[in-house]
Amino acid sequence: MSEHSGAHGDVSVDELTLAEELLGSGTTATPPVAEYAMRLGDDALILSQQLGGWISRAPELEEDLALGNIALDLIGHARALLRYAGTASDRSEDDLAFWRDEPEFRSCWLVEQPNGHFGDTIARQFLFSAYQVELYQALATSTDPSLGAIAGKAEREVAYHLDHAAQWMLRLAGGTEESRGRITVSLGDLYPYVDELFEDDELTDRLAGVAPRPSSLRAGFDRTVASVLAEADLETPAVKPARGDGRRGGHTASMGYLLAEMQWLARRHPGATW
Amino acid sequence: MVTTTAELAEDEDGRARFDALIAADQRIEPRDWMPDKYRRTLVRQISQHAHSEIIGMQPEANWITRAPSLKRKAILMAKVQDEAGHGLYLYAAAQTLGISREEMTAQLIEGRARYSSIFNYHTPTWADMGAIGWLVDGAAICNQVPLCRASYGPYGRAMVRICKEESFHQRQGFEILYELSHGTPEQKQMAQDAVDRWYWPSLMMFGPSDDASPNSAQSMAWNIKRFSNDELRQRFVGMCVPQFEALGLECPDKDLRYDEETGTWITGEIDWDEFAAVLDGRGPANAARLRHRREAHDDGAWVREAAAEYARKQHDSERVAV
Ligand SMILES: [Fe+2]
Ligand SMILES: [Fe+2]
Repeated sequence: MSEHSGAHGDVSVDELTLAEELLGSGTTATPPVAEYAMRLGDDALILSQQLGGWISRAPELEEDLALGNIALDLIGHARALLRYAGTASDRSEDDLAFWRDEPEFRSCWLVEQPNGHFGDTIARQFLFSAYQVELYQALATSTDPSLGAIAGKAEREVAYHLDHAAQWMLRLAGGTEESRGRITVSLGDLYPYVDELFEDDELTDRLAGVAPRPSSLRAGFDRTVASVLAEADLETPAVKPARGDGRRGGHTASMGYLLAEMQWLARRHPGATW
Repeated sequence: MVTTTAELAEDEDGRARFDALIAADQRIEPRDWMPDKYRRTLVRQISQHAHSEIIGMQPEANWITRAPSLKRKAILMAKVQDEAGHGLYLYAAAQTLGISREEMTAQLIEGRARYSSIFNYHTPTWADMGAIGWLVDGAAICNQVPLCRASYGPYGRAMVRICKEESFHQRQGFEILYELSHGTPEQKQMAQDAVDRWYWPSLMMFGPSDDASPNSAQSMAWNIKRFSNDELRQRFVGMCVPQFEALGLECPDKDLRYDEETGTWITGEIDWDEFAAVLDGRGPANAARLRHRREAHDDGAWVREAAAEYARKQHDSERVAV
């Protein structure tokens, strides 16, 4: 938290213009790579959208800043990934974010779970960041230079996200009786959406070398989660996995509301620039 | 309280040093002796300023989830997050004067503290993001740049950091309006409407005319305030005029004119009754702003308690370990 505010607290507009190597400049993604980049980009976009809803509502000012930083990192990843994905179909990051309908979104179910209370948001972030740390570490060595560059930059940032969420897992589990009760329930509510993150399918089979097989990331994720939960003296929830369908465009009930809010203004003004 | 002669003598030394520092236009630091009224004035001003940054997050945070492009969403998030940072620096500066953050938070939530009235207006359209950045952050810059030289060290230094970011805030607001005013007819109308909504309230941000501003003279003598309300308002209007032209938007002040002789801008009549009403809590969004802040605070109480309890347990177990 506070030790990070120096590194992450001074966001300037210049840092928000995407670095050249992240633009996929000149390179056009092949259709399978584009589909893969869209999955990752949509995950980052949807989670960023959710975290953006916390700003001005967090339990303390420091968390308005921290959740805002994470949301900013994620939207940065989303923009780079969607831009690259769009090169295959000549669509911009905004075409993809604002003009696709729900079944065209490829995000996993975990990120579309509602913000809920702070513990729900932290549990969601903890699980997702633990996955992303493994993902970007592996993707950084991709044979696709654009994906490799994006992952290389994101790797450091998601490590901070994981650290932030893990610290809060410890505080909430080891704080008061109330906070321990709440975070236990949050973790159980969100754990069913973990399995979807590690499912291989035809696309990831085809992308050997370009992208890590999701199933290969599971062991590292399990180790990270187990060590934090052990320190927090929490059990890994014994819950049944949900049959997540996000990678094929199936979504849960909350996704419609989320997209309605996110896309409403852009769609009211077709062709406008902002 | 009984004051001993020793304490009186110390006070006199302190006062002489304080007066000399002010006369030499030097900084007063937290450990220095200072008159009670100087301390109280600063606590009031800095905490009000901090509250303004925090309440000021709301009208813009309101549009983060609906921003019309990813670039705008990212910039708006960074901007609102900056405001949270400003609030933090300022609370920290006020704390050096002996007031706790809890006390200031309580004052705000219980409606006992003031914050800038400008944030008691609503933001019904995306163009309000542009108008706030351009006009409200713009007016804030005019007010705040001189505060970088405020006599109280921690306040002046906080303002240096803040002012750097405010100019980015103003620029992004101007860019939003520029895109809109050079976009579709609907977008241009949206921009004009927003500017119409925010222009007069932003002029009011400088406070009443100098003759009607009770605390100004003392604050100027103490080098907390450097220019009068009217001087600052002048400067702001002068900045806006050419920018209205660049935007291709109309200035809502139809009576605005430049006086060649004095080299100043003469504004039309400012509606000080409206200002007084909003200041008194009767603005369009006063109730909503306080409610939002209170709810965030109350909803987060269990989290802060957990963090405090966790820190206490960690501390205890460290002591046992040693
Ligand atoms: Fe600010
Ligand atoms: Fe600002």
